[in-house]
Amino acid sequence: MAAKEFDIPVLPTYLEIPEINEGVMEGDGPFKSSEQFQNPLGFPGEKVDNWQEVAIEKMGELKSKYRSVQVFLDSCVKCGACTDKCHYFLGSSDPKNMPVARQDLFRSVYRRHFTFAGKHFPKLVGAKELDDEMLDDWYNYFHQCSQCRRCSVFCPYGIDTAEISMAAREVLDAVGVGQKYCNQILGKAITIGNNLGLPEPALRDTLLDLEEEIEEETGIAVKYPLDVKGAEILLITPSADFFAEPHIDGLIGYGKVFHEDGVSWTMSSYASEGANFGMFIGSYDIMRKAALRIRKAALDLEVSRVMVGECGHAWRVAYSFWNTLTGVGAGATDEYALKLQNQLDSRYPQPQHIIEYTHDLIQRGKLKFDKSENDDRNVTFHDSCNVARATNMGGIPNGQFILPREVIKAVCNNYVDMERSTIKESTFCCGGGGGLLTDDLMEIRIKGAMPRMQALKEVEKTDGVNTLVAICAICKSQFSKVLPKFDFDPYMIVSAHQLVSEAIIMEKPQTDDSVTQEAEEVTE
Amino acid sequence: MSAISIIFTALFYLSLAVFLIGMARKIYQYTVTPAPLKIPTAPTPLTQTGVVMRMAREVVLFESLFKANKWTWLFGWLFHVGLLLVLIRHARYFWPGDLPEIFLLVQPFKYAAFAMVIGLIGLMGRRIFVERIRYISAPSDYLMLIMLLIIGISGAVMTFTSNHTDVIMVKEFASGLITFSWADLPTEVHFLVHLFLVFVLMAIFPISKLLHVPGIFFSPTRNQVDDARKKRHISPWALKQEQEHVVKLDEALGKDE
Repeated sequence: MAAKEFDIPVLPTYLEIPEINEGVMEGDGPFKSSEQFQNPLGFPGEKVDNWQEVAIEKMGELKSKYRSVQVFLDSCVKCGACTDKCHYFLGSSDPKNMPVARQDLFRSVYRRHFTFAGKHFPKLVGAKELDDEMLDDWYNYFHQCSQCRRCSVFCPYGIDTAEISMAAREVLDAVGVGQKYCNQILGKAITIGNNLGLPEPALRDTLLDLEEEIEEETGIAVKYPLDVKGAEILLITPSADFFAEPHIDGLIGYGKVFHEDGVSWTMSSYASEGANFGMFIGSYDIMRKAALRIRKAALDLEVSRVMVGECGHAWRVAYSFWNTLTGVGAGATDEYALKLQNQLDSRYPQPQHIIEYTHDLIQRGKLKFDKSENDDRNVTFHDSCNVARATNMGGIPNGQFILPREVIKAVCNNYVDMERSTIKESTFCCGGGGGLLTDDLMEIRIKGAMPRMQALKEVEKTDGVNTLVAICAICKSQFSKVLPKFDFDPYMIVSAHQLVSEAIIMEKPQTDDSVTQEAEEVTE
Repeated sequence: MSAISIIFTALFYLSLAVFLIGMARKIYQYTVTPAPLKIPTAPTPLTQTGVVMRMAREVVLFESLFKANKWTWLFGWLFHVGLLLVLIRHARYFWPGDLPEIFLLVQPFKYAAFAMVIGLIGLMGRRIFVERIRYISAPSDYLMLIMLLIIGISGAVMTFTSNHTDVIMVKEFASGLITFSWADLPTEVHFLVHLFLVFVLMAIFPISKLLHVPGIFFSPTRNQVDDARKKRHISPWALKQEQEHVVKLDEALGKDE
């Protein structure tokens, strides 16, 4: 199924709304999960016999637990405002990729089973039975949604397809029809601690190699501490940062910034993953389970600050959900969360984004840069969907758009924004988010990247842009793959902290690790 | 009272009861269903005042729709504002006895009927001629517009053409419904159709997409404050789950001191 042939979209001069082509993206969807990956998450290994019954029951449960689901299912008036907002529709022209039509796969079943009109007049209101065909459509089309929430910005009622898509995936998991990519990764994340399944020794080796490499290159001993008890900051970053290009250059940047600030910091081998795929499959419990590892690491390492690296949905989960799920944050009144919050330093936002941290240091003049180091670059910034539409930075309105741009502009001379309707709250997803970053979904990934690529092509023409910055591991991986399909250099995608890393002037020749050593002694 | 008056009087109370009970049930459902996670959509308000302002802009100006599509916004807004003004003007029929002077201000609102009808025609046009919207439309979506169009046009016909109905009689009938002093109603067909469809509309309100009216106020992406880091937001079911799993948590977290 992955080998299906398809045309790579030609980039138009202007982004046009395509005419609909029914069935273009029909298919079997991504590889299905098997018993081996389903069972550890508490899902049935294969499609259960009474799956319809289970599914309807699960839908009932979800709509009673999530107001979003209940209200969104009821409120849609089919006005069509969202129909031209999804990058997957714009890139594929399959009408079931229009947000409202995607929701309607779920809504039509809701109407059939839970509403008066749908029970008695199904044809009139477009209510449909949940049969095998419908379930297949769910599996296929709810895995063509990256939960980027662009539709939600434009909906007059704020209906968020991501919520429906998460609910649908939860129902699919409950009947034993899970997605291999997400569920396999989640298994690793909640047992080993990261999505790659990298155990502690491997992680330690990787970080040691990195330290050597940086020291060789710069002559400065930038440290990448692991499991240091008593450190001030615990950094939680996507595990892609540990080894993949261009991610690792971002990690190098974080280390240099910490080094220059002279702060003691650490990563955790127990909670070595910022990404939380529990969100993609819609499971509160699994998302929480993954997040609890971070809570435990924070408690065990006795840190006073928790910081998050460059990762889009990780930041959404951290910023918007951690306080709810695990009490990493402030303002708790319950005993459970208070315990942790008493340990965390209330002078800082908890959790804090690495961009907020670097931005603050820049503001206070703690970092020095040679911006000319990035003079070969004409830079633009891709707002990652989860950061842009579901989080904030700096505690100021729209800070999530302002801070990354200010950091980038502080370290390079040539910056330009892409077309306004494709950035900030209206940003186009990279095409690989929401659990779609797998090779078996390459067709939709490439087609879904088209709107972003079109905007990028424009600034390439007008301003000679040759560098695309993103602060999300998924965006970086996705762009590395799809950029060449649209005649771009795959290496033009970089981390914000890679630019920081290249421009930063290292003034502390030796690591000031007295703090770290002290901390280590305490451990012993 | 004539048979037709009795039937319409009964229908009024019936549809009103369905409307009130149905809406109360729905609003109750929306109230008790928690939003377990913070999911406001950008651009997010950081304060409660910000949320009130945002909601006001959504409800009064249809801000998001304006961002999305200018034509749909134009027709949608015309229709809704037209309907609102016309509805306000209808208060004169339910007001028992002589009208206070304030009603003079409301008198010109009758022209809002045109805005309403133009809006509806525009929306219908989009539903029929824009391929994407046609694709997502069910028969009920067309019917709803047709019904509102008939209500609007029949109302306008009574107001602006020589097919007037006896408004004194209408007022006696309508105010009688409120004061329980029931009276006969005029029996011109366009008036009966107008009235009947309004009853239908009231009755289907709680079981149709008209639920977008209460829905917008309960929409978590629009009514939440973006303050997740500052305040712990937790739903009753999640808190219960957390408390009941305390033992399990201890295992996962190690022993707390």
